[in-house]
Amino acid sequence: MALRDNPFGEVRLPLLLMAATSVVVAALVALILLFADRRETVQTQAYGVTRQVTDKVSAPVGAVLSLPIRWAGDGANFVGGYFFAVSENRRLKAELRDAARWRESAVALADTNRRYKALLGLSFEPPVPMVTGQAISDARGPFANSRLVNAGQAKGVRIGNPVMSENGLVGRIVGVTESASRVLLLTDAASRTPVMIERTNARAILLGDGGDNPKLAYLRGSEAVAQNDRILTSGDGGLLPRGLPVGRAVKSLDGTWRVVLSSDAGPIDYVRVLLFQDFGQLVNTDKLDHPSLPPGPPTVSAPSP
Amino acid sequence: MSLSPARPLSPWRWIGLPALVVLGVTVLFMTPIRVFGLQPPEPIFAMVPAFAWAVIRPSILAPLALLILGLTMDLLWGNPTGLWPLSLLLAYGLTLSIRNILAGQGPGVMWTWFAIACLLAEVSGVLITKVMTGTLPSFLAVFWQLAVTSLLYPFTDWLIDRFRDADVRFG
Repeated sequence: MALRDNPFGEVRLPLLLMAATSVVVAALVALILLFADRRETVQTQAYGVTRQVTDKVSAPVGAVLSLPIRWAGDGANFVGGYFFAVSENRRLKAELRDAARWRESAVALADTNRRYKALLGLSFEPPVPMVTGQAISDARGPFANSRLVNAGQAKGVRIGNPVMSENGLVGRIVGVTESASRVLLLTDAASRTPVMIERTNARAILLGDGGDNPKLAYLRGSEAVAQNDRILTSGDGGLLPRGLPVGRAVKSLDGTWRVVLSSDAGPIDYVRVLLFQDFGQLVNTDKLDHPSLPPGPPTVSAPSP
Repeated sequence: MSLSPARPLSPWRWIGLPALVVLGVTVLFMTPIRVFGLQPPEPIFAMVPAFAWAVIRPSILAPLALLILGLTMDLLWGNPTGLWPLSLLLAYGLTLSIRNILAGQGPGVMWTWFAIACLLAEVSGVLITKVMTGTLPSFLAVFWQLAVTSLLYPFTDWLIDRFRDADVRFG
């Protein structure tokens, strides 16, 4: 019997139809999943169990799989460091001279600040505790910019915690498991960060779009920002502490203001997760819930007739 | 005479194994390293099987495999769940619909169609991101990913050559 004569010879048209049906069914499932997704919210319960399990599994697997690539990258950087040692030395010397000037200024300002605080009796926010984690995996496409770090609930990390590298703000925690957490980078299309321009104190929202330089949106006034102005977190909304370094303002080709991120100055291997929640953590909520009422006015007994 | 050439091709060989390889390479490329200050690119490796599976033969399992592959990519990368399954399935659907046109074409034409399928997947990703976040993704970042993904065509060509005539029932 020739192969063309067997029953499978007639199977082509139905198979094409079945394949097309399979595509439609799979696409419908994907659509339902898409509209049920709520990944950019800061609510803990929005980070589903599936994502938690994936992060929990992929953290150790990714760490092991990436070891050879890390070693190769370190080797290449070692060779690069050897060849660029002279220019790096010049740059570091210039930076050190600059830092020495700032150190003198900082010492004087710290002394002035201490005296003002003592005179005014001001109490300030306590220092924010932090934990260190290593970046295990990195998504850097146009639709998702996130990182998995090996610090989780066991170290006190919670959703919403800001994440910094040694150079500046990197993003915030959007998902957390016992041993790993996912960081939504400032460049992600879902990222919105309240910032301020240090020179003018003007407020803006830093809007990620998947590119290297997020946009400054909702800027008010024509002179609010200038080239190379330093951008810091504003602390508005209480999600991030005020004053974390974010980057420098630059004007893009399309005329919009964008930010060259400080965290881009070096590799983001190790990050610090600031265990900052919101302003509510700075007050004693128990005390607020059970206020001790001041003594009322003395009761005056009615005069006897 | 051996009957092995007439045996049906196992879906594991042309769907399961390539899908696993794609997942492995995707995880490897997620390593956060910089070489000479530059980050490695993030191509969509899943476009290789998405295009090749449609060209090799119509299949009921291939779209389901793309759904699982895309969902895993979304979970690994932190995308909105459903972004890559939908984009990959659109590219697969387009390729499946023009399968007859692609038959017998040279590598240049096939490469062009592969780039068009990649473009469709990227445009789908752009629209989904716009709807989900209200932000239009950076065109430069999209173009960069599209260019890098399009360069993966030689792997697609290899996969097509390896399995197109592997099952004699689909001559």
